[in-house]
Amino acid sequence: MDSNDKALVFGEDVAFGGVFRCTVGLLERYGRRCFNTPLCEQGIVGFGIGLATQGYTPIAEIQFADYIYPAFDQLVNEAAKYRYRSGGTFTAGGLTVRAPYGAVGHGGHYHSQSVESFFTHVPGLKVVVPSSPAQAKGLLLSCIQDPDPCIFFEPKMLYRTSVEEVPVGEYTIPLGQAQMLREGADITLIGWGAQVHVLAQAAQAVADADGISCEVLDLRTLLPWDVQAVTASVNKTGRLLVSHEAPLSSGFGAELVAEVSRRCFLRLEAPPVRVCGSDTPFPLVFEPLYLPGVERVVDAIRATVRF
Amino acid sequence: MALRSASTQLLGRAGLLPAAVCNAFHRCMSTSDKFSVEVLPFKAHRIEPPNNVVETSIDELVGMYELMYKMRRMEIAADMMYKAKLIRGFCHLYDGQEAVMTGIEAALTKEDAVITSYRDHCQHLSRGGTVKEVMAELMGKRDGASKGLGGSMHMYNRQANFYGGNGIVGAQIPLGAGLAFALKYQKKPNVAIAMYGDGAANQGQKYEALNMAGLWNLPVIFVCENNHYGMGTAEWRAAKSSTFYTRGDYIPGLKVDGMDVLAVKKSMEFAKAYALEHGPIIMEMDTYRYHGHSMSDPGSTYRTRDEISTMRQERDPVERVRKLLLAKGYDAAAIKAMEKSVKKEVDTAVEEGKAAATPPNEWLWRNVYVAPANMDMRTVEGTYVQPTYDPTYSS
Repeated sequence: MDSNDKALVFGEDVAFGGVFRCTVGLLERYGRRCFNTPLCEQGIVGFGIGLATQGYTPIAEIQFADYIYPAFDQLVNEAAKYRYRSGGTFTAGGLTVRAPYGAVGHGGHYHSQSVESFFTHVPGLKVVVPSSPAQAKGLLLSCIQDPDPCIFFEPKMLYRTSVEEVPVGEYTIPLGQAQMLREGADITLIGWGAQVHVLAQAAQAVADADGISCEVLDLRTLLPWDVQAVTASVNKTGRLLVSHEAPLSSGFGAELVAEVSRRCFLRLEAPPVRVCGSDTPFPLVFEPLYLPGVERVVDAIRATVRF
Repeated sequence: MALRSASTQLLGRAGLLPAAVCNAFHRCMSTSDKFSVEVLPFKAHRIEPPNNVVETSIDELVGMYELMYKMRRMEIAADMMYKAKLIRGFCHLYDGQEAVMTGIEAALTKEDAVITSYRDHCQHLSRGGTVKEVMAELMGKRDGASKGLGGSMHMYNRQANFYGGNGIVGAQIPLGAGLAFALKYQKKPNVAIAMYGDGAANQGQKYEALNMAGLWNLPVIFVCENNHYGMGTAEWRAAKSSTFYTRGDYIPGLKVDGMDVLAVKKSMEFAKAYALEHGPIIMEMDTYRYHGHSMSDPGSTYRTRDEISTMRQERDPVERVRKLLLAKGYDAAAIKAMEKSVKKEVDTAVEEGKAAATPPNEWLWRNVYVAPANMDMRTVEGTYVQPTYDPTYSS
């Protein structure tokens, strides 16, 4: 907001700080550049696209990712295609859309959804998911500065539970680059957002109990995803496990597994496995049964290693 | 109104005579006798409003009071259970708005369809549900209104034509138009009530629904429960025009004092007659919620505590009916007895909810699809489960 006077922050209830307090203080410091919108997701994103084509840097908030669907048309048909269809005349690249996503323990059907795979299927968009506070700052700044429209999904479970030292001042983390959280030799575990922490726990558990050495990759950007890092890792370990909260069928894990299977076919020691949410709507009381928790990941690691 | 002797009064109280209420001057009337009450005049858009005199009776008021008091106690109990972490997730309370749903019910039958947003606990109650069902559902237990599978925002009642209970803001409005279409198609003398809030009033799909309803003259009453805040955003900051009853443009509207159950009743009777004959109408209910948007919202970061307490003191809908009953000579002891019985019902419901069982795990796989053949569901680990279909949840 300081360095770019064409940056605007808007969305439902952001002026008082937002439902997760992400925008606290912005109104006081930047006045009219941080403002509330009425309750209209399609309008919010469409409005943001219009601003972006004028060279502004709109940072639109969708209050919960579960509510992003009315804006789906604007994102897919307008934001993603603006430059392409106008022969380069206009672009909606300045747009960044932020939305809290993912399970939070009691969110139920409409406050827990993981929607990333709907958007990774759209050429023209970028999809980014941080897994910690320091990641969040660097990745968000990259999205804001990125010349293409970006969607930034913030794991709401981590708003309160994740604590980290975050460097003051501006810094960016490049998009399209995964981060290795743990080096290993026997199997590659890939995740993003809050699930990365589940994978880290599982990796430690099998290291302690079975002596299995896991390499854990935080994908960070889903579209475009870091093909180099993933294939390098799988070529090293020979095994792949992808884990995400979103339902299994046609989740983003499917894309990763398909591509890795093609590129690393001869190196693979076991079929790549996905440990994901069940193919049901996100349930209310069955949340622990639905989610890919540590125990399930551990079971899958063991089964894959012993294949 | 005949004078009655002390002995007939006693007999009346014992239930051996038609009930009588007598004021301080011993002028008595039967509790079923009608009397008139003046309410705040209605504001109208493109329609001649009804007059602001409402006929009611002690019997009717007592019934309304009991329902409203029950709603109030139930929501307060939900608040306490939430704070005790027995209810989790998202919980949107209706206290302050009781007059709206109670007044609507007074004008409708259970053959009329009702659909609303996530602030639906009291709608479930007024449509024939029990406090026990609501409490159990809030706690995610299988005795709940939706077998514990829906939670706070998803309570339904097929027999009473209550279509819920919807989480996404404004999504229920086009559904309401669809309900009305079905009623008209079946030539039923019934209307559909689509309820939404001042926040939802800015959603595009509302205007799509208004247009369809107007085009096809659907018997739908759009009820805007204007509690003046869309979550944390005041109406004047979210809407260019916050006269929601005029926002239908070519569709007529009325603005009603939503804290007065009799005003709501009168306006809804008028609206039902209008909708059946002519088509859609918008009712803006000027109401207020004491709690925040949900239990996750303290409700005080965007409004003053003074505003909330002033509303409680001056316009509380439950208190208003109580005062009216007492002014008409109704026995304060009878009111107390009824309140006590309601409190007991709510407390019992809470205890029963706590003791009830959670839904069995198999229900995760149930009723996603009708014909489970070839629809094997993949579990978290990638194994397959045969889903089941049994909308009765018989096991």
